[in-house]
Amino acid sequence: MVDKLNDDIGEKKRLQLWEMMLKLRLVEKKAYDLFLQNLIKGTSHLALGQEAIAGAFGVALKQGDYTFCTYRGHAHTLARGSSIEGVLGELMGRQCGLMKGKGGSMHLTDVDKGVMGSYAIIGAHLTIANGTALASKYNKTNEVSVCFFGDGTTNIGAFHEALNMAKIWNLPIVFVCENNLYMEYTPIHEVTAVEHPAADRASAYDLDRVIVDGNDADEMLRIAEKAISKAREGKGPSLIEAKTYRHSGHSRADPGKYRPDEEVKDWMENKDPIKNYRAKLLDFNINEKIISEIEEKIKDQVEKATEISMASPIPEIKEIYTDVWANGGSEWHN
Amino acid sequence: MAQLTYRASVSLAIAQSMRKDQKVFFIGEDVGAAGGVFKATVGLLEEFGKERVMDAPISEQAILGAAMGAAMTGLRPIAEIMFSDFLAVCWDIVANQIAKTRYMSDGQINIPLVIRTANGGGSKFGAQHSQSLENWSMMIPGLKVVAPSCPSDVLGLMDSAVKDPDPVIFYEHKSLYAFKEEIEQTDISIPIGEANTLHEGKDITIIGLALMAQRAKEAALILKDKHDINAKVIDLRSLVPLDLQTIKKSVIETGHVLTVEENPRLCGWGAEISSLISEHCFKNLKGPVTRVTTPHVPLPSADILEDNTIPSVELIVNEVVKKLKENNYGNNNAIPWRNS
Repeated sequence: MVDKLNDDIGEKKRLQLWEMMLKLRLVEKKAYDLFLQNLIKGTSHLALGQEAIAGAFGVALKQGDYTFCTYRGHAHTLARGSSIEGVLGELMGRQCGLMKGKGGSMHLTDVDKGVMGSYAIIGAHLTIANGTALASKYNKTNEVSVCFFGDGTTNIGAFHEALNMAKIWNLPIVFVCENNLYMEYTPIHEVTAVEHPAADRASAYDLDRVIVDGNDADEMLRIAEKAISKAREGKGPSLIEAKTYRHSGHSRADPGKYRPDEEVKDWMENKDPIKNYRAKLLDFNINEKIISEIEEKIKDQVEKATEISMASPIPEIKEIYTDVWANGGSEWHN
Repeated sequence: MAQLTYRASVSLAIAQSMRKDQKVFFIGEDVGAAGGVFKATVGLLEEFGKERVMDAPISEQAILGAAMGAAMTGLRPIAEIMFSDFLAVCWDIVANQIAKTRYMSDGQINIPLVIRTANGGGSKFGAQHSQSLENWSMMIPGLKVVAPSCPSDVLGLMDSAVKDPDPVIFYEHKSLYAFKEEIEQTDISIPIGEANTLHEGKDITIIGLALMAQRAKEAALILKDKHDINAKVIDLRSLVPLDLQTIKKSVIETGHVLTVEENPRLCGWGAEISSLISEHCFKNLKGPVTRVTTPHVPLPSADILEDNTIPSVELIVNEVVKKLKENNYGNNNAIPWRNS
């Protein structure tokens, strides 16, 4: 049961986290609906069920901090404050999209919000996130870089190169492994030498072994704040393994049938971060009316943003030839 | 006036850029305390300290990733990949990340980064430490590709590469590190995308890059002395951006073209140039464009094998003579990959 007397988080921050997670959930659901209507083409990787991780970091980070995420990055982008129409517009290939349709679902980028890109080749962005962290150290500024990735990433070389470099250079960075138990279609334990794919590798890089229930938003927030403070104080990198679960398949094409029904049911019914957090807010005596008002507000925001995105024009064909180079063009000979 | 080696011009060029701009730093394997495996970065650690000259682990992905991330914030890293062959282990970072991020982000992100790397054969290092890989990077939109042929070009092109707002791959030729040149002024800048004429002539246009440009120049001197042929030798200096205007101007004058490439035959940069020439100057051509390349084989190691694989001065001379004196356009170093 909750310990109301020793509440280290407080109502204000909890409601902030509630609003954040709800936004991630409802936008992702909307993205799924728009797919079914064939308004979103290409592929998409939804983070339904994993909202507590991006949500907690979204609350804990400051403006100016850098985040890097994977192709499953709609939630992480929204969590930094990117507009809903910017995200949905990009998914639908509209001019209002964050990158005017040039990147798509797997590459959401919003530099003004510190969203330094979504990366679709496993592992690469861990090394790149080291670079923004290195820049903060080089410039003697105190931004923190946070890099989100999945359990499958722990088996690619770049993961190991990046952790080693972050440690030897004492970089202000937080690596967040979202272990949703499946590497795409394959149970992660079947293809990994250790039980906890990130945490059990931490000691190889002289990092603490940190495992957290990634669906417990309060716990996620505590862990995120601790790791961010450590980085900001110049005490070096952290590696966090957050256990979570995808509510949907790996991508648009995947119904996720390789997972046992009982397992899916257990995570959906008993371990859903949003459902559980709503109950926790009530346990902390937060007025249900306030909780519901936030729900209505977010629903309304998502609907309005959807309308804006659908009304936004498609990109002009001339955009194909822009922004290869910093001069704005694509010419390669005189 | 001082005599400077290509090797010394590399460390000087980096030092000059670092003195001018605090945003420039240098990262690579064995580059600091050891001064580089080719001794091309000697003295940098002593002058700039560990914060700006960083010895990295053998982690090419982590090196280029860190350089890219730093560049995304506005710093101007110079990253070394010890041998260009090692680009293969970090090609994701080069081809998917560094090259494409500006475009995919709709121009939100600039990546002002220089990747310098020791390229090319002549050292009998075998097939994994001798390749000429300019064409790998040339075919990827978003990368600029520079390959200097002499110390002054190293100085001038490095200055431009560091200042460039886009990623530049800077291919230094291993067999040129000992090449010497009298240099009056070291703090110079040469725009990327302007070819250089190494020898004037109106009978034939020979187009080369890096070591092959120097060999083409030597060939031109022999052609003039012994065969009364005046060859114009164009050193491209960069493949992207490409100075097509200089090529066109010369081809219109000569009507004969020979490209000299160190890379294996298939998809070498000479094929692209040949295609551009046929598009832009078809009516000026007096015969087909000839491509001199290494055969389509991995580079062998033994002296006699490597020497007979990479285009030599003699081969260039022979091909030009065959073309102009014997009307023979066949190029017999290119046969093995195709049926006849």
